Amino acid sequence: MINQEWPLWEIFIRSRNGLSHKHVGSLHAADAEMAMSNARDVYTRRSEGISIWVVESSKIVASNPEDQGPLFEPAANKVYRHPTFYDLPDGLEHM
Amino acid sequence: MSDSKKKYILHLADNALILGHRLSEWCGHGPVLEQDIAMSNIALDLIGQARNWYQLRARLDEADITEDDLAYLRDIRQYRNLLLLEQENQDFAYTVVRQFLWDSYHHALLSDLMDSSDQDLRAVAQKSFKEVQYHLKWSSEWMIRLGDGTEISHQKMQTALNDLWYYADECFVSSEYEEELVKNNVITDPSILAKAVKKMREEIIQRATLDFPEEVYAQRGGKEGIHTEQMGYILADLQYMQRTYPNAKW
Repeated sequence: MINQEWPLWEIFIRSRNGLSHKHVGSLHAADAEMAMSNARDVYTRRSEGISIWVVESSKIVASNPEDQGPLFEPAANKVYRHPTFYDLPDGLEHM
Repeated sequence: MSDSKKKYILHLADNALILGHRLSEWCGHGPVLEQDIAMSNIALDLIGQARNWYQLRARLDEADITEDDLAYLRDIRQYRNLLLLEQENQDFAYTVVRQFLWDSYHHALLSDLMDSSDQDLRAVAQKSFKEVQYHLKWSSEWMIRLGDGTEISHQKMQTALNDLWYYADECFVSSEYEEELVKNNVITDPSILAKAVKKMREEIIQRATLDFPEEVYAQRGGKEGIHTEQMGYILADLQYMQRTYPNAKW
Protein backbone atom coordinates (compact mmCIF):
# COMPACT_ATOMS: atom_id res chain seq x y z
CA MET A 1 0.00 0.00 0.00
CA ILE A 2 1.21 3.43 -1.02
CA ASN A 3 -0.09 4.71 2.31
CA GLN A 4 2.45 2.78 4.32
CA GLU A 5 5.34 4.31 2.42
CA TRP A 6 4.29 7.85 3.18
CA PRO A 7 5.38 9.27 6.50
CA LEU A 8 2.95 10.55 9.08
CA TRP A 9 2.59 14.30 9.71
CA GLU A 10 1.11 16.11 12.68
CA ILE A 11 -1.14 19.02 11.83
CA PHE A 12 -1.55 22.21 13.85
CA ILE A 13 -4.14 24.86 13.02
CA ARG A 14 -4.52 28.39 14.29
CA SER A 15 -8.19 29.24 14.27
CA ARG A 16 -7.73 33.00 14.38
CA ASN A 17 -5.22 35.75 15.04
CA GLY A 18 -4.05 35.99 18.61
CA LEU A 19 -4.60 32.33 19.40
CA SER A 20 -1.89 29.71 19.27
CA HIS A 21 -1.73 26.76 16.89
CA LYS A 22 -3.52 23.71 18.19
CA HIS A 23 -2.94 20.10 17.35
CA VAL A 24 -5.89 18.84 15.28
CA GLY A 25 -4.76 15.44 14.03
CA SER A 26 -2.39 13.70 11.68
CA LEU A 27 -2.25 12.52 8.07
CA HIS A 28 -0.02 10.81 5.54
CA ALA A 29 1.95 12.69 2.88
CA ALA A 30 5.04 12.16 0.78
CA ASP A 31 6.60 15.52 1.64
CA ALA A 32 5.97 18.84 3.34
CA GLU A 33 4.26 20.40 0.35
CA MET A 34 1.79 17.53 0.05
CA ALA A 35 1.28 17.53 3.81
CA MET A 36 0.32 21.20 3.60
CA SER A 37 -2.18 20.61 0.76
CA ASN A 38 -3.64 17.59 2.50
CA ALA A 39 -3.96 19.48 5.77
CA ARG A 40 -5.81 22.24 3.97
CA ASP A 41 -8.19 19.74 2.39
CA VAL A 42 -8.73 17.54 5.42
CA TYR A 43 -8.71 20.00 8.32
CA THR A 44 -9.85 23.41 7.06
CA ARG A 45 -12.92 22.48 5.00
CA ARG A 46 -15.25 24.12 7.48
CA SER A 47 -13.32 27.35 7.97
CA GLU A 48 -11.43 26.02 10.95
CA GLY A 49 -8.34 28.07 10.47
CA ILE A 50 -6.18 30.80 9.02
CA SER A 51 -2.76 29.23 9.49
CA ILE A 52 -1.39 25.70 9.25
CA TRP A 53 1.74 24.10 10.64
CA VAL A 54 2.79 20.63 9.52
CA VAL A 55 5.48 18.66 11.33
CA GLU A 56 6.72 15.22 10.45
CA SER A 57 5.65 13.02 13.35
CA SER A 58 9.07 11.40 13.61
CA LYS A 59 10.62 14.84 14.27
CA ILE A 60 8.64 15.26 17.44
CA VAL A 61 10.45 14.27 20.62
CA ALA A 62 7.98 12.96 23.17
CA SER A 63 8.38 12.25 26.85
CA ASN A 64 8.56 8.60 27.80
CA PRO A 65 5.47 7.33 29.70
CA GLU A 66 7.82 5.32 31.96
CA ASP A 67 9.44 8.56 33.14
CA GLN A 68 6.16 9.97 34.41
CA GLY A 69 7.19 9.47 38.03
CA PRO A 70 10.45 11.43 38.10
CA LEU A 71 9.18 13.99 35.56
CA PHE A 72 5.82 14.95 36.95
CA GLU A 73 5.21 13.64 40.43
CA PRO A 74 7.66 15.94 42.25
CA ALA A 75 5.44 18.87 41.26
CA ALA A 76 2.40 17.29 42.89
CA ASN A 77 3.30 18.13 46.51
CA LYS A 78 4.57 21.67 46.01
CA VAL A 79 1.41 23.59 46.59
CA TYR A 80 3.40 26.78 47.24
CA ARG A 81 4.03 26.98 43.49
CA HIS A 82 0.37 27.73 42.93
CA PRO A 83 -0.76 31.27 43.60
CA THR A 84 -3.42 30.17 46.05
CA PHE A 85 -2.18 31.91 49.21
CA TYR A 86 -3.30 35.44 48.44
CA ASP A 87 -6.27 37.01 50.14
CA LEU A 88 -8.35 38.42 47.37
CA PRO A 89 -10.32 41.57 48.04
CA ASP A 90 -14.09 41.19 47.71
CA GLY A 91 -15.45 42.27 44.40
CA LEU A 92 -12.45 41.12 42.39
CA GLU A 93 -13.80 39.22 39.44
CA HIS A 94 -12.44 36.84 36.84
CA MET A 95 -9.90 35.11 39.07
CA MET B 1 -26.94 38.68 -28.18
CA SER B 2 -29.06 37.76 -25.15
CA ASP B 3 -29.68 34.35 -26.71
CA SER B 4 -25.93 33.84 -27.06
CA LYS B 5 -25.36 34.91 -23.50
CA LYS B 6 -27.89 32.34 -22.29
CA LYS B 7 -26.25 29.57 -24.24
CA TYR B 8 -22.84 30.63 -23.02
CA ILE B 9 -23.94 30.58 -19.38
CA LEU B 10 -25.30 27.07 -19.87
CA HIS B 11 -21.95 26.07 -21.38
CA LEU B 12 -20.19 27.35 -18.25
CA ALA B 13 -22.72 25.76 -15.92
CA ASP B 14 -22.62 22.38 -17.67
CA ASN B 15 -18.81 22.33 -17.60
CA ALA B 16 -18.85 22.71 -13.84
CA LEU B 17 -21.72 20.29 -13.26
CA ILE B 18 -20.37 17.46 -15.38
CA LEU B 19 -16.81 17.61 -14.06
CA GLY B 20 -18.16 18.01 -10.53
CA HIS B 21 -20.22 14.89 -11.05
CA ARG B 22 -17.26 12.95 -12.41
CA LEU B 23 -15.11 13.91 -9.43
CA SER B 24 -17.88 13.02 -7.01
CA GLU B 25 -17.69 9.46 -8.37
CA TRP B 26 -14.34 9.22 -6.56
CA CYS B 27 -15.95 9.83 -3.19
CA GLY B 28 -15.19 6.78 -1.05
CA HIS B 29 -12.89 5.32 -3.73
CA GLY B 30 -9.88 7.66 -3.66
CA PRO B 31 -6.36 6.21 -3.80
CA VAL B 32 -5.68 7.51 -0.27
CA LEU B 33 -8.01 9.09 2.25
CA GLU B 34 -6.48 12.55 1.92
CA GLN B 35 -6.95 12.63 -1.86
CA ASP B 36 -10.44 11.21 -1.56
CA ILE B 37 -11.29 14.29 0.48
CA ALA B 38 -9.35 16.62 -1.83
CA MET B 39 -11.29 15.44 -4.88
CA SER B 40 -14.60 15.66 -3.06
CA ASN B 41 -13.71 19.23 -2.09
CA ILE B 42 -13.05 20.13 -5.71
CA ALA B 43 -16.27 18.38 -6.75
CA LEU B 44 -18.21 20.46 -4.25
CA ASP B 45 -16.53 23.67 -5.44
CA LEU B 46 -17.54 22.89 -9.01
CA ILE B 47 -21.11 21.97 -8.16
CA GLY B 48 -21.34 25.22 -6.20
CA GLN B 49 -20.10 27.08 -9.28
CA ALA B 50 -22.56 25.20 -11.46
CA ARG B 51 -25.37 26.33 -9.17
CA ASN B 52 -24.30 29.95 -9.47
CA TRP B 53 -24.31 29.74 -13.26
CA TYR B 54 -27.64 27.84 -13.42
CA GLN B 55 -29.28 30.30 -11.05
CA LEU B 56 -28.10 33.17 -13.21
CA ARG B 57 -29.35 31.40 -16.32
CA ALA B 58 -32.73 30.67 -14.70
CA ARG B 59 -33.08 34.33 -13.77
CA LEU B 60 -32.57 35.35 -17.39
CA ASP B 61 -35.24 32.96 -18.66
CA GLU B 62 -38.65 34.19 -19.72
CA ALA B 63 -40.21 31.05 -18.30
CA ASP B 64 -40.41 30.41 -14.59
CA ILE B 65 -37.68 27.80 -14.27
CA THR B 66 -35.22 26.85 -11.54
CA GLU B 67 -31.61 25.72 -11.42
CA ASP B 68 -32.87 22.16 -10.91
CA ASP B 69 -34.88 22.17 -14.13
CA LEU B 70 -31.71 23.12 -15.96
CA ALA B 71 -29.44 20.65 -14.23
CA TYR B 72 -31.74 17.65 -14.22
CA LEU B 73 -34.39 17.90 -16.89
CA ARG B 74 -32.67 18.67 -20.17
CA ASP B 75 -31.88 16.18 -22.89
CA ILE B 76 -28.37 15.26 -23.85
CA ARG B 77 -28.29 17.50 -26.94
CA GLN B 78 -29.02 20.52 -24.77
CA TYR B 79 -25.92 20.06 -22.61
CA ARG B 80 -23.06 22.26 -23.76
CA ASN B 81 -20.11 21.05 -21.69
CA LEU B 82 -16.70 20.28 -23.17
CA LEU B 83 -16.11 16.66 -24.20
CA LEU B 84 -13.00 16.52 -22.00
CA LEU B 85 -15.07 16.87 -18.85
CA GLU B 86 -17.42 13.98 -19.51
CA GLN B 87 -14.58 11.47 -20.05
CA GLU B 88 -14.44 8.69 -17.50
CA ASN B 89 -12.25 8.81 -14.40
CA GLN B 90 -10.47 5.59 -15.44
CA ASP B 91 -7.74 5.89 -12.82
CA PHE B 92 -6.09 8.61 -10.76
CA ALA B 93 -3.72 9.50 -13.63
CA TYR B 94 -6.60 10.17 -16.06
CA THR B 95 -8.42 12.14 -13.41
CA VAL B 96 -5.38 14.32 -12.70
CA VAL B 97 -4.61 14.95 -16.38
CA ARG B 98 -8.25 15.76 -17.17
CA GLN B 99 -8.31 18.11 -14.19
CA PHE B 100 -5.08 19.83 -15.18
CA LEU B 101 -6.10 20.33 -18.82
CA TRP B 102 -9.36 21.84 -17.61
CA ASP B 103 -7.91 23.92 -14.76
CA SER B 104 -5.27 25.47 -17.00
CA TYR B 105 -8.06 26.72 -19.26
CA HIS B 106 -10.61 27.45 -16.52
CA HIS B 107 -8.11 29.65 -14.70
CA ALA B 108 -7.41 31.74 -17.80
CA LEU B 109 -11.10 31.87 -18.68
CA LEU B 110 -12.21 33.17 -15.29
CA SER B 111 -9.34 35.68 -15.16
CA ASP B 112 -10.69 37.02 -18.42
CA LEU B 113 -14.35 36.95 -17.40
CA MET B 114 -13.53 38.94 -14.27
CA ASP B 115 -12.88 41.85 -16.65
CA SER B 116 -15.95 41.22 -18.81
CA SER B 117 -18.18 44.13 -19.72
CA ASP B 118 -21.09 41.95 -18.60
CA GLN B 119 -21.81 42.39 -14.92
CA ASP B 120 -23.47 38.97 -14.46
CA LEU B 121 -20.55 37.04 -15.92
CA ARG B 122 -18.09 39.15 -13.97
CA ALA B 123 -19.80 38.49 -10.64
CA VAL B 124 -19.89 34.69 -10.87
CA ALA B 125 -16.35 34.58 -12.26
CA GLN B 126 -15.07 36.60 -9.30
CA LYS B 127 -16.80 34.28 -6.85
CA SER B 128 -15.22 31.19 -8.42
CA PHE B 129 -11.71 32.39 -9.10
CA LYS B 130 -10.02 31.62 -5.77
CA GLU B 131 -11.36 28.08 -5.82
CA VAL B 132 -9.98 27.56 -9.27
CA GLN B 133 -6.59 28.93 -8.26
CA TYR B 134 -6.44 26.11 -5.74
CA HIS B 135 -7.69 23.50 -8.24
CA LEU B 136 -4.90 24.47 -10.62
CA LYS B 137 -2.32 24.25 -7.87
CA TRP B 138 -3.61 20.81 -6.87
CA SER B 139 -3.66 19.37 -10.38
CA SER B 140 -0.30 20.91 -11.36
CA GLU B 141 1.36 19.43 -8.31
CA TRP B 142 -0.02 15.98 -9.06
CA MET B 143 0.96 16.24 -12.72
CA ILE B 144 4.56 16.85 -11.64
CA ARG B 145 4.54 14.35 -8.79
CA LEU B 146 3.22 11.45 -10.84
CA GLY B 147 4.87 12.36 -14.14
CA ASP B 148 8.21 12.76 -12.43
CA GLY B 149 7.52 9.88 -10.05
CA THR B 150 8.12 6.18 -10.50
CA GLU B 151 8.40 4.39 -13.81
CA ILE B 152 4.84 3.13 -13.50
CA SER B 153 3.31 6.46 -12.50
CA HIS B 154 5.16 8.18 -15.34
CA GLN B 155 3.88 5.69 -17.86
CA LYS B 156 0.29 5.93 -16.60
CA MET B 157 0.42 9.71 -16.82
CA GLN B 158 1.84 9.64 -20.34
CA THR B 159 -0.92 7.26 -21.47
CA ALA B 160 -3.61 9.45 -19.91
CA LEU B 161 -2.12 12.59 -21.45
CA ASN B 162 -1.92 11.03 -24.91
CA ASP B 163 -5.49 9.72 -24.71
CA LEU B 164 -7.04 12.91 -23.40
CA TRP B 165 -5.09 15.11 -25.76
CA TYR B 166 -7.85 14.68 -28.39
CA TYR B 167 -10.11 16.68 -26.10
CA ALA B 168 -7.55 19.21 -24.85
CA ASP B 169 -8.14 21.97 -27.38
CA GLU B 170 -11.90 21.95 -27.89
CA CYS B 171 -12.07 24.83 -25.42
CA PHE B 172 -10.16 27.08 -27.86
CA VAL B 173 -12.55 26.56 -30.78
CA SER B 174 -15.30 29.15 -30.68
CA SER B 175 -18.93 28.15 -30.90
CA GLU B 176 -21.38 30.47 -32.66
CA TYR B 177 -22.57 31.89 -29.38
CA GLU B 178 -19.01 32.62 -28.27
CA GLU B 179 -18.30 34.35 -31.58
CA GLU B 180 -21.31 36.53 -31.06
CA LEU B 181 -20.18 37.47 -27.54
CA VAL B 182 -16.67 38.19 -28.81
CA LYS B 183 -18.15 40.49 -31.44
CA ASN B 184 -20.00 42.36 -28.73
CA ASN B 185 -16.86 42.66 -26.60
CA VAL B 186 -18.35 40.59 -23.79
CA ILE B 187 -15.72 37.86 -23.79
CA THR B 188 -12.25 37.42 -25.28
CA ASP B 189 -11.89 35.09 -28.23
CA PRO B 190 -10.93 31.68 -26.75
CA SER B 191 -8.22 31.31 -29.38
CA ILE B 192 -6.53 34.35 -27.84
CA LEU B 193 -6.65 32.76 -24.38
CA ALA B 194 -5.09 29.67 -25.98
CA LYS B 195 -1.64 31.21 -26.12
CA ALA B 196 -1.22 31.63 -22.36
CA VAL B 197 -2.96 28.34 -21.58
CA LYS B 198 -0.77 26.34 -23.95
CA LYS B 199 2.32 27.93 -22.50
CA MET B 200 1.30 26.96 -18.98
CA ARG B 201 0.44 23.41 -20.10
CA GLU B 202 3.80 23.11 -21.81
CA GLU B 203 5.63 24.25 -18.72
CA ILE B 204 3.92 21.78 -16.39
CA ILE B 205 4.15 18.88 -18.86
CA GLN B 206 7.84 19.58 -19.15
CA ARG B 207 8.36 19.77 -15.39
CA ALA B 208 6.46 16.50 -15.12
CA THR B 209 9.07 15.05 -17.51
CA LEU B 210 6.26 13.92 -19.82
CA ASP B 211 6.49 13.99 -23.60
CA PHE B 212 4.38 16.66 -25.21
CA PRO B 213 1.79 14.74 -27.26
CA GLU B 214 1.80 15.04 -31.01
CA GLU B 215 -0.56 17.48 -32.63
CA VAL B 216 -3.94 15.78 -33.13
CA TYR B 217 -7.21 16.90 -34.63
CA ALA B 218 -9.18 18.39 -31.73
CA GLN B 219 -12.43 16.55 -31.08
CA ARG B 220 -15.28 18.99 -30.78
CA GLY B 221 -19.04 19.18 -30.55
CA GLY B 222 -19.63 19.45 -26.82
CA LYS B 223 -20.26 23.18 -26.97
CA GLU B 224 -23.06 22.50 -29.47
CA GLY B 225 -24.54 19.52 -27.64
CA ILE B 226 -22.90 16.70 -29.58
CA HIS B 227 -21.39 14.42 -27.00
CA THR B 228 -19.36 11.25 -26.63
CA GLU B 229 -20.84 7.98 -25.48
CA GLN B 230 -19.90 8.66 -21.83
CA MET B 231 -22.34 11.54 -21.54
CA GLY B 232 -25.45 9.36 -21.70
CA TYR B 233 -24.31 7.34 -18.71
CA ILE B 234 -23.65 10.47 -16.68
CA LEU B 235 -27.09 11.84 -17.39
CA ALA B 236 -28.71 8.52 -16.58
CA ASP B 237 -27.03 8.70 -13.18
CA LEU B 238 -27.72 12.39 -12.64
CA GLN B 239 -31.31 12.45 -13.82
CA TYR B 240 -32.62 9.11 -12.62
CA MET B 241 -34.26 10.46 -9.45
CA GLN B 242 -35.93 13.48 -11.03
CA ARG B 243 -37.15 11.46 -14.01
CA THR B 244 -38.47 8.60 -11.90
CA TYR B 245 -39.99 10.70 -9.15
CA PRO B 246 -40.75 14.08 -10.72
CA ASN B 247 -40.52 16.98 -8.28
CA ALA B 248 -39.26 14.74 -5.49
CA LYS B 249 -37.98 16.78 -2.58
CA TRP B 250 -35.89 15.97 0.48
